[in-house]
Amino acid sequence: MSDERQHWPLFEVFIRARAGLEHKHVGSLHAVDAKMALEHARDVYTRRMEGVSLWVVRSADITASDPDDADAFFEPAKDKIYRHPTFYEIPDEVKNI
Amino acid sequence: MSRASVVPVSVDFAQTERFRYVLRLADTSLILGQRLSEWVGHAPALEEDLGVANISLDLIGQARMLLSYAGEIEAAGRDEDQLAYLRDQNDFCNLALVEQPNGDFGCTIVRQVLIDVWQLELLSWFDASTDQRLREIAAKAVKETRYHLRYSSGWLVRLGDGTEESHTRVQTSLNDLWKFTTELFTPDEIDRLAENAGVAPNLNVLRGSWLHRIDEILNEATLTRPDDVPYVWFGKRGEHTEYLGHLLSDMQYLQRAYPGVTW
Repeated sequence: MSDERQHWPLFEVFIRARAGLEHKHVGSLHAVDAKMALEHARDVYTRRMEGVSLWVVRSADITASDPDDADAFFEPAKDKIYRHPTFYEIPDEVKNI
Repeated sequence: MSRASVVPVSVDFAQTERFRYVLRLADTSLILGQRLSEWVGHAPALEEDLGVANISLDLIGQARMLLSYAGEIEAAGRDEDQLAYLRDQNDFCNLALVEQPNGDFGCTIVRQVLIDVWQLELLSWFDASTDQRLREIAAKAVKETRYHLRYSSGWLVRLGDGTEESHTRVQTSLNDLWKFTTELFTPDEIDRLAENAGVAPNLNVLRGSWLHRIDEILNEATLTRPDDVPYVWFGKRGEHTEYLGHLLSDMQYLQRAYPGVTW
């Protein structure tokens, strides 16, 4: 028996709490396929009216950044404060910005 | 105010019969809800544990609404709890199908599909019932039931069209349980009176739409519909299989041992 038959693959679950909000990651679960994952997500994560929309995606399909790459990935942004809009002073004459 | 709105539409469907009819629906939901709850902590996967528990809770919720309504019709001071916890086996009038043991997960799924389609067809019909309370209860319950069937039929297709082992198991369960479906569509006096009063559908018509949907699911699940058996078990008349008593002793234990206890 293949490993997948014995151990259902893992899915990540995202919920949209209300119309207009973005989907947020809430957790993961096991299911044999996406259809079942959606039903499991409904049963496991929306029992208390947590959302109005669900996304599921196989965990294996997510490409994640390597924690070991953190230096190269995230450190360089640290000293670039001019990338924040608050770095700039807006002249008083400019309205509606 | 027009005359029609003050005179009850179904004057010939007397209090006693209406009580019995509602009680049958209530007991069927209650006993099935209790049966399914036995899976909690034992389902094949954590996710299924919650899936089955959700269905169980939906059914118990439906049973509560129906039992309360039955108690009001009876007008003898019995509320939902007294009706659920203080009646004996012979006073229960659930369909015999729902008191059958869970068996393996596949067996539970087969039983669930058979009853889900029945409930879905019935609850959908209640939209046109002359009984306003049944219309209201059904409007809420039908949404839950639509999900129950999605869950159960999804599993039946997976198991039926799965491995040789899973196919054999669900086909065997289907063969075993099929005889209990005869009762669903065999009308007795109360069913006939309910139909005449516009409270409930014609059971023969209901059977047609039930069978149509069941055949679709069985077909997709590569399962064979068993032949009908001229065997009728009348759970709805209080004639139960050996399994109901054990279920009730479990369900009613606390209220029997400590009457009136609350927490």
